[in-house]
Amino acid sequence: MNDSHYCPHTPEEIREMLSVIGVASVEELFSAIPAGLRAKTFNLPPGLSEFETLDTMKAIAADNSACLTSFVGGGYYDHLIPAAVDHLSGRAEFYTAYTPYQPECSQGTLQALFEYQTAICRLTGMDVSNASLYDGGTACAEAVMMALRVTGRNRVIVDGCLNPFSRQVLKTYLYNLDVEVVEIAPLDGTLNRAELAGLLDQSVAAVLVQNPNFFGCIEDFSVLAQQVHAVDALLIASVYPISLGLLVTPGEMGVDITVGDGQSLGNPLSFGGPSFGFIAAKKAYIRNMPGRIIGETVDKQGRRGFVLTLQAREQHIKRHKATSNICSNQGLCALRGLIFLSSIGRQGLVELARLNRDKAEYAKAQLAGIPGVTVLQSAATFNEFTIFLPKAADGVVMELLKKGIMAGVPLGQYYQGSENCLVLTVTEKRSKKEIDRLVRELEVALCN
Amino acid sequence: MQLIYEQSVAGRRGVRLPVSDVPAATALPDNLLRREPAALAEVSELDLVRHFTNLSRRNYSLDTNFYPLGSCTMKYNAKALENAAGLFSSFHPMTALLPGGAEFCQGSLGLLYDLGQMLADITGMDEVTTQPLAGAHGEMTGILLIAAYHAAKGNKAKKKYVVVPDSSHGTNPASAAIAGYEVITVPTAPYGDMDIELFKKAMNDEVAAVMMTCPNTLGLFNPHIQEISDIAHGHDALMYYDGANLNAIMGKVKPGDVGFDVIHVNLHKTFGTPHGGGGPGAGPVGVKKALIPFLPQPRIVMDDDGQFLLEDHNPGSIGRTANFFGNFGVMAKAYAYIIMLGREGLIRVSEQAVLNANYIKERLKAYYDLPYDTTCMHECVFSAGKQLEHGVHAIDIAKFLIDKGYHPPTVYFPLIVKEAIMIEPTETESKATLDAFIEVMIEAALAAQTNPQQLLDAPLTTPVGRLDETKAAREQNVCCIG
Repeated sequence: MNDSHYCPHTPEEIREMLSVIGVASVEELFSAIPAGLRAKTFNLPPGLSEFETLDTMKAIAADNSACLTSFVGGGYYDHLIPAAVDHLSGRAEFYTAYTPYQPECSQGTLQALFEYQTAICRLTGMDVSNASLYDGGTACAEAVMMALRVTGRNRVIVDGCLNPFSRQVLKTYLYNLDVEVVEIAPLDGTLNRAELAGLLDQSVAAVLVQNPNFFGCIEDFSVLAQQVHAVDALLIASVYPISLGLLVTPGEMGVDITVGDGQSLGNPLSFGGPSFGFIAAKKAYIRNMPGRIIGETVDKQGRRGFVLTLQAREQHIKRHKATSNICSNQGLCALRGLIFLSSIGRQGLVELARLNRDKAEYAKAQLAGIPGVTVLQSAATFNEFTIFLPKAADGVVMELLKKGIMAGVPLGQYYQGSENCLVLTVTEKRSKKEIDRLVRELEVALCN
Repeated sequence: MQLIYEQSVAGRRGVRLPVSDVPAATALPDNLLRREPAALAEVSELDLVRHFTNLSRRNYSLDTNFYPLGSCTMKYNAKALENAAGLFSSFHPMTALLPGGAEFCQGSLGLLYDLGQMLADITGMDEVTTQPLAGAHGEMTGILLIAAYHAAKGNKAKKKYVVVPDSSHGTNPASAAIAGYEVITVPTAPYGDMDIELFKKAMNDEVAAVMMTCPNTLGLFNPHIQEISDIAHGHDALMYYDGANLNAIMGKVKPGDVGFDVIHVNLHKTFGTPHGGGGPGAGPVGVKKALIPFLPQPRIVMDDDGQFLLEDHNPGSIGRTANFFGNFGVMAKAYAYIIMLGREGLIRVSEQAVLNANYIKERLKAYYDLPYDTTCMHECVFSAGKQLEHGVHAIDIAKFLIDKGYHPPTVYFPLIVKEAIMIEPTETESKATLDAFIEVMIEAALAAQTNPQQLLDAPLTTPVGRLDETKAAREQNVCCIG
């Protein structure tokens, strides 16, 4: 009856345990469930060995196309991951632990997350960070809800250049709350500042922007921060962490809350998850932050240690008045982010960011050379940029998929009237040879 | 231990980057550049490896210690699951969202679809979305679905409340609040479950949903569950099942069969995926037919030819709850877990989880107060009330256990039990492990009488002793200034 090594008892042991409990059978332990409520069917197939299981999993994975050269981003990026990231985050002491509720036997996780919070603060130029959220989109929603709490207002302005998926997640989160979300349509792939200025008043809780934005454009939000602060609202920026190797930080621009998706920091693409969301803010707002926060302290002997702190914000204490409903977050992915950043290091991140931009600028110049193709020129870009094609981008992308190339994200389904626009991403992993092939194949597709 | 930043030496690095094969781009304008590089660690690869390896050794974990943390289902995480997830690490989620892209990722889409089917069978639901990224995220998704259901019937303004028992997880009321609902809390009766009479009084036509954990956080199966769901449905309130305790009932009872309309499942509890020291988990949500029109999008569907497609323009949908398709890597592990254990295996999981909890309950009830002395399901809740007479609290017993090499049970939850000690052994532990743990628990109970100071001083064997939490909260040093 017992052929599973995941349930180790022998029949003799089960008999002994039943006799201690004082029942005749395991089934008797389920007698609290009325007979009429018992499951009538249970249709799963019989179990497998781990070898058969992995064969099945390999067969499923083989139904994916493994040899696509990717020039797509959309919030998830194909970056190098140092081998140490897998090996160290793969330590079972990290990945088979639970949330560090008992600090004395969880100092490994706690110190690592404190170091993670430090890395996020240093990367973004913000004062305080939590120990991670779910992903980039939910981090945007949490930041907006945080701003609603801080300001006590209920109007939010969202730049239409923010990742459309994140905008959709935000709407889902806010739908049942008494909050007005105003979206500003992009102007040449950048924030329409004139329209925003007209909307800013004392009713606004927050303005949410992205840098670089969904079109790839880099913007300086320093002046915007002053305008937003003039009406006592908060500026929230969603950022791409790798770009911060080069770009002006949210902290330097005066941003109040910074969020983003941490996937690019050492987390594999993995068909969209798990990654992690990060959130960092000015210190004044720490009590309104969602999620776990790790704080430094000492024991009775004065030895430094780390604990979950400010827990009075959280759902297990405050229940329906908590700053968020979040409980489990993405701790292991945040750990990967920390190991990645610590491996790449101070100067390495600058070089990595530069490498991304160099590759993207090369691709941009080559693509601009194709007759009929123009490049969106309204702003500088990092490793993503938008091009205009002489015909609908959807068909072109489908053509190139057949050649094994994911040529970019066509904008038509996200922005009306942008059917000919394509956003391309070129990370450090794309070789000149791959870029040149993309250019050739795109030229062919446009001639057809 | 030093922080990694305290080991930094200017110019040192842990990894070398490839040489560029393209010309350098012209520099960005100054106002778009950061003034100083981010002050990240500057360490060699070996420094990095030692640092994180040594940090990891400061953790108790499932692979090193028994971890009977109630409500968290810390079962063994099979190594094959890690291999399974690794097979999918290189696939970009945007592939599925490109025009014509779905045919290039049929494996990933099919895995999510099939996992949904299997979870629907286990829970008695009609369809499952895999998008929610954790249990609490699933709860929020579920309550948003319920809100959409009521709104579609023209009852958005009328439905104002969500009813929860006082033994519920804190995430339940917190999730209800995000959907704009007020929370009504119903006390627990002496028989250990939501008081059925008080529940009847709390119910009216303005209640949108009743959120239940079943078995509840005391580890008890509610004998009134059918009556509760009938009453709820009589008021057009939907029944929400918090799947945190699903490990107790697989193959025995299906939430969908006893009146639940919406359920979330914690893959990182019941379905053997590791918890990662604080995530990633995954919280797929199952619903009955009436709620399918409101499910998050994109929704994965199968066409007549067996091809998997994304349906992204459903006007009734609550929209996206996450940027892509959920924590796919976690889903791949849960999928492998389910097919590996299979039908009989999952039934056995629940049987032995319940057997183990009852065995611990019986053997310890002479030493610790047992507020609800009845057959439990997969976990049992004691109180340290007896030990408190000697000045020993639940937390002191927890710290003593750490010194003995055990991760403590959950303490002080559920809130309705004074000095609660909530033990969930799970099915993967051997009798020998349970016996050794029981002996240490008995030792703690005896020490509380004879030498309480030993418990108050614990732990002594860990890298740090009890930490000053007040100082941490007051000073708010949450990032290293440097």
